[in-house]
Amino acid sequence: MTTAPVETTTYLCTGCPLGCRLEVDAVEGDIVEIRGFDCRKGERYARQEHLDPRRPVSTTVTIEAGTLPRLPVRTAEAFPKDEVMRLVRQLQAMRVVAPVARGQVVLDDALGSGIDVIATRSMAADPEADAGDAGGDPQRARSSAV
Amino acid sequence: MTMTTQPRHLASYYDVLVVGGGPAGLAAALGARETGAERVLVVDRELEAGGILLQCIHSGFGLRYFREEITGPEYAERSLEQALESHVDVLSDAFVFDVTEDRTVAIMSPTVGVATTTAASVVLAMGARERTRGAIAIPGTRPAGVLTAGLAQKLVNLHGYLPGRRVAILGSGDIGLIMARRLTLEGIDVVGVFELMPHANGLSRNIVQCLDDFDIPLHLSTTVVDIVGHDRVEKVTVAPVDAHLTPQLDRSWDVACDTLLLSVGLIPENELSRQLGVRMDPLTNGPVVTSEMETSVPGVFAAGNVAHINDLADWVSEEALIAGRAAGRRATGQRVPADNIRVLPGRNVASVVPHSISTDRVHTLYLRVKEPMLEDSLIRLGDVHERKVRALVPAEMASIKAAPRLLEDFHGDALRIDAVPAQEVTT
Repeated sequence: MTTAPVETTTYLCTGCPLGCRLEVDAVEGDIVEIRGFDCRKGERYARQEHLDPRRPVSTTVTIEAGTLPRLPVRTAEAFPKDEVMRLVRQLQAMRVVAPVARGQVVLDDALGSGIDVIATRSMAADPEADAGDAGGDPQRARSSAV
Repeated sequence: MTMTTQPRHLASYYDVLVVGGGPAGLAAALGARETGAERVLVVDRELEAGGILLQCIHSGFGLRYFREEITGPEYAERSLEQALESHVDVLSDAFVFDVTEDRTVAIMSPTVGVATTTAASVVLAMGARERTRGAIAIPGTRPAGVLTAGLAQKLVNLHGYLPGRRVAILGSGDIGLIMARRLTLEGIDVVGVFELMPHANGLSRNIVQCLDDFDIPLHLSTTVVDIVGHDRVEKVTVAPVDAHLTPQLDRSWDVACDTLLLSVGLIPENELSRQLGVRMDPLTNGPVVTSEMETSVPGVFAAGNVAHINDLADWVSEEALIAGRAAGRRATGQRVPADNIRVLPGRNVASVVPHSISTDRVHTLYLRVKEPMLEDSLIRLGDVHERKVRALVPAEMASIKAAPRLLEDFHGDALRIDAVPAQEVTT
């Protein structure tokens, strides 16, 4: 009977300023040992980071007729790390129209994750803004990035 | 929805007038209302109150103050809602250009023109601004493309402009790290973060989530020694530094980039305070304050980054509540016992706020260490109290509480705050 090799991955703990170097030993993807932590928080973090790393994602979307040309948004909960870039690209291509309320869902079930993207501020409609002017300035970031 | 109740005119008198509508100003106003102060006005120079939080679109705010992890804009809006719901007046797009010793406040704005009003108490909550290229004197030419990380953050997050295509960042403060990630998400090439000190200045969470996640290199003990470019930045020259922080020019190398972001610290914005003549602490660059956050000018209080640079908005709000309540009490004729013990920074402590405490109630002292202490450490309050902490780093403010029972047998007039390794102390 052959034994599968032990693979060791290291993580820097983000729980506190100590910044413990965490080591996770895994055999065929199953965690067999976690070392280097100084508290339960560290152990839990290492396990989560190894099995299913997630990140809170914040970015902006283009908003038309608002008091500002960009609306800040975030994922309602931490999002799978490997999908962050794809999510941000999708949000970059989006446009919403003012008024918007804080907490309003801007994109539901993002990339089929079951996680919504929500507005992180309210934005009134600017009485002086023309609808559709948010991307009109060629120097603005998104118009050239999309 | 954002509620705006822009006052149409300025009253001739306010119980409490707060200068600045960021987290400090809004919490101070709320604190003032709690004590029964009737007329409370916040004056903010931007079009909408909220301060720098409005451009800090990342999460990590509110865990203490709102008991929920939220982003900067959410924190700002909730703080504003709290203030407005408690009937605070918020005058935005208005600039305070003078505060006198008798608390006459001069204001300029499109709605009220140039006007003066008086207040029983004034709270200074102007926040801080970023250190610039001039503050750290980087040699080289003067091309476009050299800007502070916070300005880049404003351009990207509020206005949708990108500051460049290929960006180097000097300084590993949290704003710089946050911007490294933000620009990467926007498709910009972030070529590296350069830090003069041998340790990162930002939170380890930001090192992992803003740099490591995107393979952005962090060069410690390295600084920018030259900026090259005529109209636009073409490259920067970086060099490692020795133990005395002197750049080793023979080991320098060039980094091609069109933009250099600076994340090299914040300076409390105290022009008004200096003009007024409040006593300043050279260690915090802010006013000397009592445990009630009162400055040396009676009736003038200070809260938030104007008093000392904080890492967390939550701490700013908590401290501002104290300042606001004190301002409100003064305006309504309520008194608390005065401070009778001075607080001094001791071993490995860069600064402590407040600068004095009283023996009748519990006070929280906020301190920052000079050198990182990555082992079990003690924060000691004279020889009357100590608190064990796991690690102390300059990037993270620490605190210790001083309670009346600890001071029962203390008869001196000053307490020294020390940060010492735990194993040094014999038990």
